[in-house]
Amino acid sequence: MDNIKPRVKVPKSASAGEIITIKTLINHPMESGLRKGKDGNLIPRQIINKFTCEFNGKPVFSCELEPAISANPYIEFSAKVNEAGTFKFSWLDDDGSVYETENKIAIK
Amino acid sequence: MNLTRRQMLCASVGAAAAGVFGFSLSASATPEATAESIKNFAGGKEPAMGGDLTLTTPEIAENGNTVPIEVSVASPMTDDDYVESVVIYAEGNPNPDVAVFHFTPMSGAAEAKTRMRLAKTQNVVAVAKTSKGQVFMDKKEVKVTIGGCGG
Amino acid sequence: MRNQIIAKAAAVAMTALVPGIAFAGGPVDEELVIDGEIQMITRAAPPEGHPLDEVLSGWLYRTEETRLLETDTFENPGMLEVQDGADLWNTVDGSAGKSCASCHGDAEESMAGVGASFPKWDEASNRPINVELQINKCRTEEMGAEAYKFDAPEQKALTAYVKHQSLGTPVAIDLAEGHMQSWWEKGNELYYTRTGQLNLSCASCHEQNNGNYIRADHLSQGNVNGFPTYRLKQASLVSLHNRFRGCIRDTRAEFPAAFSDELMALEVYVTWRGTGLSVETPAVRQ
Repeated sequence: MDNIKPRVKVPKSASAGEIITIKTLINHPMESGLRKGKDGNLIPRQIINKFTCEFNGKPVFSCELEPAISANPYIEFSAKVNEAGTFKFSWLDDDGSVYETENKIAIK
Repeated sequence: MNLTRRQMLCASVGAAAAGVFGFSLSASATPEATAESIKNFAGGKEPAMGGDLTLTTPEIAENGNTVPIEVSVASPMTDDDYVESVVIYAEGNPNPDVAVFHFTPMSGAAEAKTRMRLAKTQNVVAVAKTSKGQVFMDKKEVKVTIGGCGG
Repeated sequence: MRNQIIAKAAAVAMTALVPGIAFAGGPVDEELVIDGEIQMITRAAPPEGHPLDEVLSGWLYRTEETRLLETDTFENPGMLEVQDGADLWNTVDGSAGKSCASCHGDAEESMAGVGASFPKWDEASNRPINVELQINKCRTEEMGAEAYKFDAPEQKALTAYVKHQSLGTPVAIDLAEGHMQSWWEKGNELYYTRTGQLNLSCASCHEQNNGNYIRADHLSQGNVNGFPTYRLKQASLVSLHNRFRGCIRDTRAEFPAAFSDELMALEVYVTWRGTGLSVETPAVRQ
């Protein structure tokens, strides 16, 4: 889909070994495939079905999402930061689109 | 309340007909279907109720379209003892599957929050699986209200 | 027909459920602080001539989970559309080759507090003007662009972005400007006029029954300081005139057009009823 803008909130820095909270939000209708449109026909399913977070190339957290997740999916989770580096976030759409963003974090 | 019962009923029919829920209410999963999915996820193990897993939900959801939920598992989250995954089910939705969270020792804590859809008042179930093969479960009932006012 | 029967059955069930609901009626005694730093005014002393003892934000009538969504501008899902509004602010459109920013610069400075004083008197059109119509006026007269249609996503996003620059500022409209007073009087009259098959006025719910339940819905004072508001039901921003029309439709009456004289008068009057409350745009409601 066009015009999808992920938002991510990651602290700019952390102490070595600190567990930080990461918040993510993305604008997406999460069309369940179970809803009827104005013409009475079912609106085809189109959702974000997977989200992943990596840090310096290693997996931190991921999830599989179903149509029961609300529109504009919000996902919050934790990460343990042992070194400075880059978080990479990606959201996978049913239509094959991948929405990505990155955030750097420094060590205090 | 000054509104009469009849006025409230009339208002509610209009509001329900104009509803824009993410789901149709005609079909729904069952607790049995959810139990079957849990069995597959747990590899046949009987999950221990409560304990290290906490599922937090509102007691009453003002709107079933956006219900905040949180899961948290007490775990050392080390390389040889961590929570691998937590799965969420909604027993009364058209399809019971909601989400599966996958953690790693780099997660630091086995905690996640999201917002989900609930088609009606029902149980939400969370099941956690650890790297040592332990399986925990927690269950919460969420009442879903149908508002009087559309818009 | 089947839907109606189901809905009726659900209504009966819900009506029966309401007395069993755990949370108490009436507004909560909580403070709204956004991002841990913006202290919001959710209870205000009424302006002279106001029928209620205290002016209360609709935030106080929501459940804890809904209230929390508004306390963090990252978690507030309405902020996604506000961000779209920020992009539109800087996007050139129309024959004059201008964006909003071409004339108004940085909205965080130029629009600070502005949204809290709308609707204002517009001498040229000889009627009150709200933020939506002011944006359209800029677009047609200054930018050589087309006016946004009512409830176009761009209209909601840009209106919310402009109003968000007043987050925390108390609502204060100037009734001394032009003929604002006579529009206030017309809005006042409409507020108390019963309409529709259910024969309800705005006051029936929001003045006489705020704090009570209409079925499972907890009625607020109907203040408009949070519009455009993110509603969980629509999962998007809802404009004020959309909400007005929804309320009037719920009384089973024909509803006036957006930005019609009736709804502009109602906007002037209802905005005044919320005098002193912080602008909450985008508020989060059920």
